Amino acid sequence: MSDAKHTLVALVEDKPGVLNRVASLFRRRAFNIQSLAVGHSEQPGLSRMTVVVSGDSAEIEQVRKQLEKLINVVRVSDITKAAIVARELSLIKVKATASTRSEIIQLVDIFRANIIDVASDSLTVEVTGDENKVESLIELLRGFGIKEITKTGRIALTRGNNL
Amino acid sequence: MKKTGAQILCEILIKEGTEVIFGIPGGAVLPLYDAFPQYPQLRHILFRHEQGAVYAADGYARVTHKAGVCIATSGPGATNLVTGIANAYMDSSPIIAITGQVARSFIGKDAFQEIDITGITLPITKHNYLVSNTGELAEIVQEAFYIAQTGRPGPVLIDIPKDVQQEEVEFVYPDKVNLPSYKFISRGHSIQIKRAAKLIDKAERPLIIAGRGIIISEAYDELKELAEKAQIPVISTLLGISSFPENHILSFGMLGMHGMAYANMAVQNADLIIAIGMRFDDRATADTGNFAPLARIIHIDIDPVEIGKNIRVDTPIVGDVKTVLKGMNGEIETREHLDWLSQLDQWRYEHPSLEIRQGDELLPQYVIHQIYEATQGNAIVVTGIGQNQMWAAQHFVYTKPNSLISAGGLGPMGFELPAAIGAKLGQPEETVWCVAGDGGFQMTIQELATITQANLPIKIAIINNSCLGMIRQWQELFYNHSYVDSTLWNPDFVKIAEAYDIPGIRVKQRDEVIPAIHKAMDYPGPYLIDFVVEPEENVYPMVQPGESLSQTLDFPKVTSNLSDILRKERIV
Repeated sequence: MSDAKHTLVALVEDKPGVLNRVASLFRRRAFNIQSLAVGHSEQPGLSRMTVVVSGDSAEIEQVRKQLEKLINVVRVSDITKAAIVARELSLIKVKATASTRSEIIQLVDIFRANIIDVASDSLTVEVTGDENKVESLIELLRGFGIKEITKTGRIALTRGNNL
Repeated sequence: MKKTGAQILCEILIKEGTEVIFGIPGGAVLPLYDAFPQYPQLRHILFRHEQGAVYAADGYARVTHKAGVCIATSGPGATNLVTGIANAYMDSSPIIAITGQVARSFIGKDAFQEIDITGITLPITKHNYLVSNTGELAEIVQEAFYIAQTGRPGPVLIDIPKDVQQEEVEFVYPDKVNLPSYKFISRGHSIQIKRAAKLIDKAERPLIIAGRGIIISEAYDELKELAEKAQIPVISTLLGISSFPENHILSFGMLGMHGMAYANMAVQNADLIIAIGMRFDDRATADTGNFAPLARIIHIDIDPVEIGKNIRVDTPIVGDVKTVLKGMNGEIETREHLDWLSQLDQWRYEHPSLEIRQGDELLPQYVIHQIYEATQGNAIVVTGIGQNQMWAAQHFVYTKPNSLISAGGLGPMGFELPAAIGAKLGQPEETVWCVAGDGGFQMTIQELATITQANLPIKIAIINNSCLGMIRQWQELFYNHSYVDSTLWNPDFVKIAEAYDIPGIRVKQRDEVIPAIHKAMDYPGPYLIDFVVEPEENVYPMVQPGESLSQTLDFPKVTSNLSDILRKERIV
């Protein structure tokens, strides 16, 4: 419980330095941040930030309130317990030889992932899903030899009409 | 009408009610200073160090309840503001810090005197701005005042490139501030207020801890009504001192590391704590794990972040202290707590934390108490940091609202003299006593020139023990009496004052204290008294670090070998 992961969604003003303010707050208050993803929201001038932090409920409440205290932050919700859809995207460049290529492609199909680049000695895989799915695929690909990985971190929205 | 950035800034400052500006000119603010003669309503006080200017703006803000404005140039001017901005942030003091910046085309090029001051002050300002578009300047300055002065007050910095100050743009006064992302809750939640009132009605041993929020919210009458109606004893934090008259029958002094023993005992025995506008600082709570073990806690604060940050509370109320107390006073019943109050009186009798030893020695506690006697509490006391601060908090009887100006959260030595300048300019009719330590005084001593140049009749009392007194006290108690670099060679402060055209006197005997204080008060201008006090005097009561308020020490431990060291080092 003490280091449970929480998903916070923050609506922030699209102004220079906002990401810096948020990042600085996490460092300054020693909050334990797992991932942070940010992009434009549906409202002009506002961005939506998804932050995954770990801590007990009192700590997470502090994180939420401290974030909300920033002048450029409009609203912060802890949506951990809400019905949400959450995804992360990962690109994985994996070693591939003539003998392993078809096996990799099969795995990618099972995970409903995509091959987005093919080279003579590697394949680049794009996978989208929750962290478990992404991690499982990465684990399976590890046996072939992974050259590079990049991830977006979690992005999330509540389901249906919530929020 | 077209105006330059510099003119626009002055226009908005005036519209926001600014009368005094504290600052030092420099290359990147020259266009701004050049505009000042067009605005004689703005009185600029010239400092000798930017740190002095920002402390003065803070002192001014604390006594006037409106934002203090300070100005510094780019680079070193801006970085010299940092300690003062951090101090204002810790103590929730509204400051508008205006810094010059290199012209926009030079930003990011490491130009002469270029520094990223918005980056540097990010974690110590309520908000800050780098003005990149002259057309937005008026709106930004107006927003800055709004943010600094509303909700939980705090410092806001505006960094203005030199070419923005020079550029002419069309100027109209901006509309009302429109900041949808900034909100604060004034009215407390009515259900929470009712819950709190029920707890108060049922409590047998209730206790109010009064914090600076009461002073910020000017809720003196509401606090008094709450205390009197339900007969609840009141203790205060350091910054809560002067929120409740200390000569009131329900007043039981300050709590905390150097709080009154009986105040600390009250906390540890109360069954209900009503914490108002305070943030459970570790110097107030001591060991939080063993703070008020028998009590439920009601916490009233305008900043939701403070709820549950350091102490788990039972009934939080987020809102403006004055508004919340008004609501609460309407809900609570009239009560008496005769047993509880007589218990507190008994503790006060058994642990007389304010007793001053008789004898010939010149004791700092005696000096402070005589300043109180001479002024009858009718003064603003501005303190430094450390022993002088604790004695000033303990031995002056604060009966007048908002009469103690002290830097609590950051504890920056050297605050006292510049803050006294700000306080005097904010309340020119009041007598201002600057209680300084000999160490801290030398950190901002150059502002004696500011006092003379601006002709400010401030009374300065140096509590001179030729030590960094609190450091020496800790070395005595916790570092085996090893006074490593805490003893000071000091200059002749009276001669220093004289060089700045300020008369002064040195006092070494107890019987010289009262005449000297009267001499200072009768003199029409600034006056300095160098009180050469017992060097090894310690501040008591004391809760040692790591211990709880239950372990408050009333009595001094044996003293040590300092006298010999000092006798060699001190010049007087």
